[in-house]
Amino acid sequence: MDDRQAPPHRAVITVEGVGQLLAELATRGHRVLGPTARDGAIVYDDIGAVSDMPQGWTDRQDAGRYKLERRDDDALFGYAVGPQSWKKFLHPPMETIWRSRRTESGLAIDAPIAVSEKFAFIGVRACELHAIAIQDRVFLEGPYVDKAYGVRRQDAFIVATNCAVAGGTCFCVSMGTGPKAQSGFDLALTEIIEDDRHVFLVEVGSDAGADVLAHIEHQPAARMDVIAADTIIAHTAANMGREMETTGLKELLQGNLTHEQWEKVADRCLSCGNCTMVCPTCFCTTVEDHSDLAGLNAERVKEWDSCFTQDFSYIHGGSVRKSTSSRYRQWMTHKLASWIDQFGTSGCVGCGRCVTWCPVGIDITAEAAAIRAAPQKSSVVADARA
Amino acid sequence: MTQAPRPRLAVWKFASCDGCQLSLLDCEDELLALAGAIEIANFPEASRTFIEGPYDLSLVEGSITTAHDAERIKMVREQSKFLITIGACATAGGIQALRNFADVDDFVAAVYASPQYISTLKTSTPISAHVPVDFELHGCPINKQQLLEVISAFLAQRKPQIAAHSVCIECKRRGTTCVMVQGKPCLGPVTHAGCGAICPAFGRGCYGCFGPMETPNAASLMREWQLLGASQRDMHRALRTFNVAAEPFLTESKTHGD
Ligand code: SF4
Ligand code: SF4
Ligand code: SF4
Ligand code: SF4
Repeated sequence: MDDRQAPPHRAVITVEGVGQLLAELATRGHRVLGPTARDGAIVYDDIGAVSDMPQGWTDRQDAGRYKLERRDDDALFGYAVGPQSWKKFLHPPMETIWRSRRTESGLAIDAPIAVSEKFAFIGVRACELHAIAIQDRVFLEGPYVDKAYGVRRQDAFIVATNCAVAGGTCFCVSMGTGPKAQSGFDLALTEIIEDDRHVFLVEVGSDAGADVLAHIEHQPAARMDVIAADTIIAHTAANMGREMETTGLKELLQGNLTHEQWEKVADRCLSCGNCTMVCPTCFCTTVEDHSDLAGLNAERVKEWDSCFTQDFSYIHGGSVRKSTSSRYRQWMTHKLASWIDQFGTSGCVGCGRCVTWCPVGIDITAEAAAIRAAPQKSSVVADARA
Repeated sequence: MTQAPRPRLAVWKFASCDGCQLSLLDCEDELLALAGAIEIANFPEASRTFIEGPYDLSLVEGSITTAHDAERIKMVREQSKFLITIGACATAGGIQALRNFADVDDFVAAVYASPQYISTLKTSTPISAHVPVDFELHGCPINKQQLLEVISAFLAQRKPQIAAHSVCIECKRRGTTCVMVQGKPCLGPVTHAGCGAICPAFGRGCYGCFGPMETPNAASLMREWQLLGASQRDMHRALRTFNVAAEPFLTESKTHGD
């Protein structure tokens, strides 16, 4: 043990302290990623200082609508989740799996060795922690482990943020995933803005988190700080933009595979795939093989895929899910029902992205509610209306 | 390495602007490799060399707008083992298919001093309306990387990796924030991928250059456009560009007056 004081389980830091936190993580060799305002949205990208963060911005979200607006304070985290999730770093949209070269003596295969960029994620929301935990289960558990994901994931330092505002399409309370970060972080911040102070309550979630905190200026947390933070989080929880009734949801959906609502939603659905792209838990990829003109080099790349494409369910003879209704049903039943059979939890963390970023504003909570309102008992699982 | 005989390539032009053929010439870094892998037997835009058919691969640009071309494409097909159409003109009739919805004689009279010398069909139609086509590469113009992919795939006798899904998937993979959700009408959700979602990356809605995607729902998208404030004329015009004759752009455009 060195002679530094054992860090407290909770502490208070200032806005300058957040700046020190970013600098400390960079000093430790992390690639520091966090929210920044760009192209009219809050996106996640490299940040070097507090001035790179969307200070004083908030977002207005509804089904198919998103807009940044000014706040009347200087909050650093005064918005909900944006179009992107941390998925884009841990499970990138495109990845080369291997390359091969024709040589004098045959074929040389070169598989890129996954290198850790030692990510530090700043401002990870409770729903996003759950989404990361879900992708951990998908990629790291079971017989087929995605090693590159594991390498990127193992060194990631996570600074969570407890949400101080609920977005217009958020429903983490329904899904039991937020708005308070319970686990899966190194440090968790709650932003407290009062008349005379702007501070962050810091909770320590790991030894690494404690060590980083020890290197930035902090005060011990007082009882009133903890109460203030709890009040903020309770207020967020009480103001969710959406709600999803989850009782018996799996059985409800799996028992209504021929419900007329699937046709109704198909009339609106563009099968554009946006919902799956923005969903922080959707993990599907396709692999493409490319060869060059001379036939000397080839490579296999992996790219995000979506169950809304025809190729996704293509087997000999054609696509299994020809109709949009069957594709929308695949997406929604996978998220909310068969995910539970497959991985033991829901595949939805209630972040609301699929609702906001659907170009025609299709709302998964409204679709589930429509089926619940008038269930049409049907048990024909094999009824794949193509 | 002993040189196996290279497959023979021919490039043909019908009613078009030459932009898609130029994509091939634009492959500067790859031109040598291309010339090494394939014998460019007939490509008037690039070379005076003309080697008689048959050809292993024909790339066809342009649409059919004259009786003469309607015959010529049959000759091209007969001489080609594999025929790939490139670009919106060849795959959908191009912007010149706007004539399909007007009186072509009026155009001729308005444009030419001596209309009696003009011999043209009343319609502009895609190559596939005249002869069987082995593969269609969309775009106005086509994407040169996709063209190289198609040629490389042909040479390796594999399937070309050309996705038929929406532009949105490319847009999201690229990390662009959706412009439509921020209030700008975009054709991306009904448009065939291929361009890499360039326009949204520059803050513009997609113009639909690559034509309809595999399962387009234009009616739903246009309902949303209306909610975003697009007029009937905006929608009519947006759907009537380079791929005007492609369904469902055509049918949907008819439901919105100019
Ligand atoms: S299904 Fe929608 S709300 Fe649920 S986690 Fe995915 S994007 Fe978020
Ligand atoms: S909803 Fe579709 S894209 Fe998402 S994980 Fe499931 S099958 Fe894959
Ligand atoms: S639900 Fe919305 S985002 Fe998803 S495929 Fe359909 S139209 Fe696109
Ligand atoms: S900007 Fe256009 S192409 Fe991109 S996701 Fe939005 S609707 Fe699709």
